[in-house]
Amino acid sequence: MRESAPFLLRRVAPSTLHSDSLIEIDRVSFGYDASRTILNDVSLRFERGKVTAILGGSGCGKTTLLRLIAGVHPATSGRVVFDGEAVNAQDKAQLYRLRRRLGMLFQFGALFTDLTVFENVAFPLREHTDLPESMVRDIVLMKLNAVGLRGAAALRISEVSGGMARRIALARAIALDPELIMYDEPFAGLDPISMGVAANLIRKLNDATGATSLMVSHDVLECFSICDYAYLLSSQGQVVAHGSPDELKASPHPEVRQFIRGEPDGPVRFHYPAPPLAQDLGVSA
Amino acid sequence: MTAAIAHLGRFTLQVLRSLGHAAFFFIDLLRFSPAALRRFGLVVAQVHAIGNRSLIIIAASGLAVGFVLALQMYYALVTYGAAESLGLIVNLALVRELGPVVTALLFAGRAGTSLTAEIGLMKAGEQLAAMELMAIDPRARVLAPRFLAGIVSMPILALIFSAVGILGAYVVAVLLIGVDAGNFWSIMQDRVDVWRDLGNGIVKSAVFGLICTFVALYQGYETQATPEGVAHATTRTVVIASLGVLGMDFILTALMFSTP
Repeated sequence: MRESAPFLLRRVAPSTLHSDSLIEIDRVSFGYDASRTILNDVSLRFERGKVTAILGGSGCGKTTLLRLIAGVHPATSGRVVFDGEAVNAQDKAQLYRLRRRLGMLFQFGALFTDLTVFENVAFPLREHTDLPESMVRDIVLMKLNAVGLRGAAALRISEVSGGMARRIALARAIALDPELIMYDEPFAGLDPISMGVAANLIRKLNDATGATSLMVSHDVLECFSICDYAYLLSSQGQVVAHGSPDELKASPHPEVRQFIRGEPDGPVRFHYPAPPLAQDLGVSA
Repeated sequence: MTAAIAHLGRFTLQVLRSLGHAAFFFIDLLRFSPAALRRFGLVVAQVHAIGNRSLIIIAASGLAVGFVLALQMYYALVTYGAAESLGLIVNLALVRELGPVVTALLFAGRAGTSLTAEIGLMKAGEQLAAMELMAIDPRARVLAPRFLAGIVSMPILALIFSAVGILGAYVVAVLLIGVDAGNFWSIMQDRVDVWRDLGNGIVKSAVFGLICTFVALYQGYETQATPEGVAHATTRTVVIASLGVLGMDFILTALMFSTP
């Protein structure tokens, strides 16, 4: 994808189906209620076997985008296409068929707190397959080994740290070897070591399994260190820019520069819209 | 005036919408129950979690109710020289009414709130959403086994409550007051009908189990995923389940015992 990256800052045209895309978001708009639009006519394309990051500030619709892909909510307009098949949030049978092909890492892991680490990773295997218990055990231990937590298999979820929980959730997400792995804020709240471990794992697992990875984050540096391609969403729920990490870093676009450099003020205003301070304080300027 | 009518209309629509939503939820639980039965291990685990952990409070309450019932009945009956009927009255009161109803009220407070909080926190922790995204319906995997477990547990708990209550009444009436032990037991054997009295009591408690568990699961599943939301949901569980049990008790009693 790096080689054929479209030029930076180009508005995404309404997509036509590309055979190398696993997912296409085609002119999608969405709002949780009629009064507030979260995503506004966005078009994105996620290529097979690549790690793609969706960047943007809090509340810009990044997680909502993942939910639309998984069919949790129907798009208000436009369509989401998963491997050539339009996702229909009303068709439960189709949704469950599609969801068996994806794994999702939730922001805080969403591990089952009444189960052990082992049982959490074994959960999708036991629910979706008729594998003998000995094979389930082998697979679970291999998945836990991949995230470096084979030794923690017997621990309860209350006994693991936030970083470990994220890795256990990752092992659970890849238990059924999904074609698509979606990561919702995989680096949020992690210490630098855990963050580096998580980033490394995402890249290595993607390369080892050949899966397509989709990562939602506002952690620019970690994302850029592992992703092949990135989209930047604005607070208005639109695609501001897209391209390879190097292209985005070199971008002259003010909003991209502000986001990447973490500047407090710029096109994204520091102050929430308000009347002048003097007016609120009741003093004359 | 117009505003008041509009407000009433909105309120009515809201209530109807909620009832319709709850009805669909109930149908879903029924729909997923056969599949949950096929994975009986899940139901047994929940019977253990719901029933076993309610055992102490149920047994202790049954004993206390048996003590008090025997005392009160003795004081009332001895005035009319009918103290020999004590065993019968205590037994009928427990197996027909107090066993099912008090057990259900205790169940709503003990197991119902626990179920609501558990499901509510699973929702808040995105565990239910995670299950959905694993293509596993949480209503089938999490709710239906608990629903069945509640229906199974309640009659067992009510029987234990009644049995312990009768033993408590025996202790007070026979061992402390001196009512004749043979009379205490034989009048029960003679006048208590297994199907009419005990059977109807079991049916009642199964219905109460359904009400309490359904309310608890619904409140947990539909709760706002916040600490305040879960707190309100657990409170609503106790209030709605208790009122539902008391209302349904009157209807069932009228249906079951209307003929002498």
